[in-house]
Amino acid sequence: MKVTIVDYNSGNISSVINSFKEVARDKVNIEVTSDLNKIKSSDKVVLPGQGSFKSCVDALNNINGLVDTLNEFAITNKKPLLGICVGLQMFADIGYEETETKGLGWISGKVSKIDNKNGKYKLPHIGWNQINIVKESKIYKNIENNSHMYFVHSYEFIPKDKTVISATIDYSSKIVCSVEKENIFGTQFHPEKSDKIGLKIINNFINL
Amino acid sequence: MLKNRIIPCLDVKNGRVVKGINFVDLKDAGDPVEQAKIYSDGGADEICFLDITASNENRDTIYDVVEKTSKKCFVPLTVGGGVRSVDDINKLLNCGADKVSINTAAVQNSEVVVDSSKKFGSQCIVVAIDAKKNEDRWEIFTHGGRNNTGINAIEFAKKMEDSGAGELLVTSMDRDGTQVGYDIDLMFKISSKVNIPVIASGGVGNLDHLVDGIKLGNASAVLAASIFHYGKYSVKEAKEYLNSKGIPVRI
Repeated sequence: MKVTIVDYNSGNISSVINSFKEVARDKVNIEVTSDLNKIKSSDKVVLPGQGSFKSCVDALNNINGLVDTLNEFAITNKKPLLGICVGLQMFADIGYEETETKGLGWISGKVSKIDNKNGKYKLPHIGWNQINIVKESKIYKNIENNSHMYFVHSYEFIPKDKTVISATIDYSSKIVCSVEKENIFGTQFHPEKSDKIGLKIINNFINL
Repeated sequence: MLKNRIIPCLDVKNGRVVKGINFVDLKDAGDPVEQAKIYSDGGADEICFLDITASNENRDTIYDVVEKTSKKCFVPLTVGGGVRSVDDINKLLNCGADKVSINTAAVQNSEVVVDSSKKFGSQCIVVAIDAKKNEDRWEIFTHGGRNNTGINAIEFAKKMEDSGAGELLVTSMDRDGTQVGYDIDLMFKISSKVNIPVIASGGVGNLDHLVDGIKLGNASAVLAASIFHYGKYSVKEAKEYLNSKGIPVRI
């Protein structure tokens, strides 16, 4: 089994790499690359993302053929893919961070700034929040409802089809914190920084 | 509901912990990796390393420490001390730090904050504000508290938010090391002025001080060093105490 973490200059991915290697040990091969052939031959792909929606989309587009390869992997071949943080947000049709930017369009919807209720709520939403699991998701196997996950973001994904939502959190409003649509998984939180329970989610994804 | 965070801070000098946990079963009391692991296993919401290495030739020791720690601790890791440039930040992030705190460099040139938050995202840029009261205002100190800049700390906090900082780590130089509690006025004034989270630091001597930092100072997170180091309280005890006072924490 080979799991590829897509390295597309999206900022700091060391923690993602460390956590996947910790979970995989010697049983699963973890590759960190933007090589299109290596991505194509993977069993699973992880799409991390830090910084702004625009900077991540730009970084994806900067690597010739990467978006096509990811489309082929996740949409045509329906192989499992996990987006983390902005990696999840890029599933949307459109994002409004910095400027209006087109996303991958895998899960119809938009990414907008969290409403901070006139400054009543601090942004970024940083820290540990309890997830409310709203549908059975394979990555939540043996994960208790109301588990704590680590978040750091100012924007939220608002999908059109609410049935893709697998968990939400309460902040200034109800915020989508994970989605599952067939083979496509995404978490707004950082499983790689969510302690033992986060590692369990990574393990669930690896063992899909 | 978003929980308030407890962040133990370790002072690291030449790659070794200076003030650390004084546990008998520690194999190596000076090893920052082992101490960080104890904190994260004990429920710390984040770990903070403050590099106080004075000489330039030993500066690289922190990179090795961060790299090893990030392979063992799976909670957020913030690293500060001696961070001068976008390149320094890049190196720390590549070694596995999740956030980098900038102090003197942010005061000298706020473009470092602008540039680094654009390049890496605000989520990993923490500006550390060291402030001391001077009559009716607080002034920013740099170089580990040695230089008074005369800059108004509250205004500076706002400027850092506008420059792209994702969080502010606010330390009262009057209280640091005194164990008499945070400077609540300072925390509250800054927290009310900005819309980004504030981490309170400097002066914790008991668990009620942590409660005050959150309830009265309006801090999103509380940072402490010595109360955890010498085994006076464990992180777990601190969390249980906060919880008993009605403060939401991750337990």
